[in-house]
Amino acid sequence: MRVEILVNAALACGLLAVPLLAHVMGEPFIITLATRAAILALAGVGLNLALGTGGLVSLGHAAFFGLGGYAMGVLAWHAQMFTPMSLFGLELAGTKSMPVIWLVAIVAGAGLSALIGFLSLRSSGVYFIMLTLAFGQMVYYFAISWPAYGGEDGLSIFVRNGFPGLNTLDPIQFFMVTYVALMLVLGGMALLRRSPFGLALAAARQSPARVQAVGVPVFRLRLVAFVISGAVTAFAGALFADLNRFVSPTMLSWHTSGELIVIVVLGGVARLYGPVAGAILLVGLEHILGGVSDYWQVFLGAGLLAVVLFARGGLIGALAGRAVAHD
Amino acid sequence: MSLVLLLEQVLNGLQFGVMLFLMAAGLTLIFGVMGLINLAHGALYMVGAFAAATVAGLTGSFILGLGAALAAAAAAGALVEVTVLRRLYARDHLDQVLATFALILIFSEGTRFVFGSFPLFLDVPDWLSGPVTLPLGIEYPRYRLAVIGVGLTVAAGLFWLIAGTRIGVQIRAGEADREMIAALGVDITRLYTLVFALGAALAGLAGALVGAIQSVQVGMGEPVLILAFVVIVIGGIGSIRGAFVGAVLVGLTDTLGRVLLPLAMGPIVGTQSAATLGSALASMGIYILMALVLLVRPTGLFGRV
Repeated sequence: MRVEILVNAALACGLLAVPLLAHVMGEPFIITLATRAAILALAGVGLNLALGTGGLVSLGHAAFFGLGGYAMGVLAWHAQMFTPMSLFGLELAGTKSMPVIWLVAIVAGAGLSALIGFLSLRSSGVYFIMLTLAFGQMVYYFAISWPAYGGEDGLSIFVRNGFPGLNTLDPIQFFMVTYVALMLVLGGMALLRRSPFGLALAAARQSPARVQAVGVPVFRLRLVAFVISGAVTAFAGALFADLNRFVSPTMLSWHTSGELIVIVVLGGVARLYGPVAGAILLVGLEHILGGVSDYWQVFLGAGLLAVVLFARGGLIGALAGRAVAHD
Repeated sequence: MSLVLLLEQVLNGLQFGVMLFLMAAGLTLIFGVMGLINLAHGALYMVGAFAAATVAGLTGSFILGLGAALAAAAAAGALVEVTVLRRLYARDHLDQVLATFALILIFSEGTRFVFGSFPLFLDVPDWLSGPVTLPLGIEYPRYRLAVIGVGLTVAAGLFWLIAGTRIGVQIRAGEADREMIAALGVDITRLYTLVFALGAALAGLAGALVGAIQSVQVGMGEPVLILAFVVIVIGGIGSIRGAFVGAVLVGLTDTLGRVLLPLAMGPIVGTQSAATLGSALASMGIYILMALVLLVRPTGLFGRV
């Protein structure tokens, strides 16, 4: 446990130090990579609550990630076109303000995950995996065939959205926004995991029948976890779309769900900092191997197989030892 | 819409359905017997299509191409089963999802490396091209009709294999109690490889048959894989009969939804927005069907509780 705290601290400091150093040395590309890692880590932290702590293998989190992205895209698009959107007869103006966009993304993510969770959590095991995958695909195909917001081509915005008091076009300032968001959510997750709710959720992963027997409603417990998980992932999606100034159905595709799972598992399932380690590893591999070969995903696949077959526990598991049971 | 046009769409839906069945049958067998959730099943579909396109292109024979698809997919399936998947039967679903996702990356990028990013084309042979006139004056492509025929024949053969042969008895026994059947002297390891190769061959056959209608390209298996998941969730995981009923239901719902929904919405919201709203709803139709089935029967139509 001691070692894990050290590893976590090293990850948190490393993720902060590298872009700061890159800023001093005038390497904005490295800062963008670090921003990408921080945002993917945030999405992974969201997924990890359901997948790691709750044991709910969701293959549909791209739906929430992409929904957050579209929350940013749609609001910013309406703002830059100066066309209000009409929603049930109400005329609403778009916005270029990050906090408002985040709020909308989080609320929308929570709403969609409540709906998908309510329908999927009635089943378990392999049915749950396939249901979340199928509902995720439903959202994906809806985005592709709904032409109002770009359809298959997606939406791009001209200027990154603003945060009061900051110049978000400056890479290091935008990085700090994402980093602080990641750290705040990680802090919240650490509290949540130690709370009665988190303990009951982890217990329900190991033995749902016993948790139910002591009077804790397992379905409601899991639904709340799934909703928090979806909301955090949607928040990350809004940031991710703002990083690229672009959102497209690719964010919703099931490959994205797979990548989010890869991030969590590469880092270490159910570890607080697992997704941070996984995201740094994935973005790093993408950058390094992508430079070596166009077919770098073959190596990613082979490495992933090796981790699954021989190195369970992921990166943090390898560094800090003591595997966390997850079934 | 005329009756003839509607019947044509029903045939299209049936053709789509029997192809989905070939995919779903393998998935559901593999899950039922080995308890493995195999995301890489779509990759085997792709392997079949690429093998068929390559061999048919070299030899000019469509039949040889189909044979190559069966052989290549079965071989690829047996290979991954022996090298990787065998170690995962006792693991939890998360490990299986992750490992088979890794296999998708390897298969897709490997295929892209060998064949490039451009799609290949598999031509319908002369003796199957052109339309054929059915009763009621329906003009229907001969090839699609042949695909329906092949699909139904394979489905019948599979039912016979499972219900009426010694190997089928062993497969069903393996589903029910793997330790007991091993104790009775059946080589369970070989049985597993055989089941996996059989499922892979069915996926490869589907890939080759559909490859002649669409183009043969990297990633072609993934949309079909997800539909096959929907099929087996609707039908009940592990049930071949359920896979058949589910596949036909999904094939018909999807095909007819795409045609009928825009028409049905027309009088309500106006022709212009009916086309967009209708097609958006139609693309979600099968998922709504799945949600409805699961609300009524949480383990699917033919699933065991």
